[in-house]
Amino acid sequence: MSGPGAEWDAALAEGRFLLQRPVGGGSTVFPPRAFAPGTGAPLEWFEASGHGTVYSATWIQRKPPEPRYNVVLIDLAEGARMMGRVEGVTPETLHIGMAVKARIIAGEAPIIVFDPVEQAHG
Amino acid sequence: MGDTFPRGRVSVAGAATFGVGEMPGHSTIEMAGKAVQLALANAAIGLSEVDGLFIALPDDLFAGLSLAQYLGLHPRFTDNNRAGGASFMSHLVTACMMLDAGYLDCAVIAYGANQRSSGGKLSTPARPDRWDAPYNPMYPLSFYALAAARHMHQYGTTREELASVAVAARLWANTNPEAFAKGPLTIEDVIASRLISSPIRARDCCLVTDGAAALVLTRTDRAKDGPQPLVPVLGAAAATWYNSVTQAEDITVTAAAESGPRAMAMAGLAPGQIDTVQLYDAFTINTILFLEDLGFCAKGEGGAFVASGAISPGGSLPVNTNGGGLSCCHPGMYGMFAMVEAVRQMRGTAANQIAGAKTALAHGNGGTLSAQATVIFGNAETV
Repeated sequence: MSGPGAEWDAALAEGRFLLQRPVGGGSTVFPPRAFAPGTGAPLEWFEASGHGTVYSATWIQRKPPEPRYNVVLIDLAEGARMMGRVEGVTPETLHIGMAVKARIIAGEAPIIVFDPVEQAHG
Repeated sequence: MGDTFPRGRVSVAGAATFGVGEMPGHSTIEMAGKAVQLALANAAIGLSEVDGLFIALPDDLFAGLSLAQYLGLHPRFTDNNRAGGASFMSHLVTACMMLDAGYLDCAVIAYGANQRSSGGKLSTPARPDRWDAPYNPMYPLSFYALAAARHMHQYGTTREELASVAVAARLWANTNPEAFAKGPLTIEDVIASRLISSPIRARDCCLVTDGAAALVLTRTDRAKDGPQPLVPVLGAAAATWYNSVTQAEDITVTAAAESGPRAMAMAGLAPGQIDTVQLYDAFTINTILFLEDLGFCAKGEGGAFVASGAISPGGSLPVNTNGGGLSCCHPGMYGMFAMVEAVRQMRGTAANQIAGAKTALAHGNGGTLSAQATVIFGNAETV
């Protein structure tokens, strides 16, 4: 039997982004645990909606000619926070509070990235 | 119960630095060993009297064992607690409790590193965890950048206010013979320096230097008979909230908001009664975060506070009077150097001595704003 980290990896490899919550309700847990941090309560898996907002963001500029890239913290709609990357943005368009949605890039080492969510124009 | 501390019953008997700046040709244990020798001479205590060793080295997972071997001692206890730059304040907590309990009679806390001579880059075995690593954050720099970006967003902290921290540190360093980085530095210079991980630029970052430091601790009744002015430990508290600051509830609030009030409660002091603050300024945002969390200004007002000149020479709260990690020295885990400067201020022997200072706070930070530890030193009048 695998630990929760390996279970999460296996789900991601199948294209599913999992989170945990205490059985019977409570704060969403990420990264995965064997029990709820702080209380020890048992946890169950559920599939994340993928919706989130940018909590903070930094652009990393390594020595040229390496291109700049961003690293962000995402507040997931379900309540947990994770590190990530927003694709298709520039320092001018990426901003704290921006709505994003998760996308899984499949491969040998699958990774969750985030895309900006088009805001309805009113 | 909890947080029972032997206020004033343990004191710093000896303190020393070695090789601050550049000291080529030395290994980390040789650096640390030399600092121990100098600190014991400073205390007029013989090597054979040391029975507790507290140390963290950047490149040695078994540093406590290595130091016992290097010094040729059979200590009653070794402690290699690794809480990053807060390790040494954590060591001091343990050492004070063990000395007061009579388990130990003479404890040494030591650090040494050759970061500059061994390549000029920060050398650390620490890495982002497996959840953060896939996104290639610079470790530890980008984690501090994320805190700085959020602080600017949440409170309107400005680029200029961040830069003013580096300028204040340089002003102190310019009159400290031991400081490594000297010369003029303006807010414009900081803002024009190379962007590394926004909003952090090159001059927002601490130095990479060599350096070693050591403290010798004994019970106060013995330290009173020593050759140095008495520097009692009035309070000391460590707080750990996580490893990756990614997991912070609010990334603009650090565990210093816990360690500071706990240490001050032990000392029986309020922030307004602290005469000088020595804190771990790995990046300019650190100084702002810690001054807020330790209670020297309100949350969100740190930017305006540092830009007002309050922390600079002649200001109302002298901060990092040696020049700090930004301009004095930063051989990796800086915590020891904040404590040694606080001790020098209490002895009246600092290069930038604050006249009449009776209390000094030294604050260490470890990991990515993860572990925080606060120590409050006094002078003979405070016990």
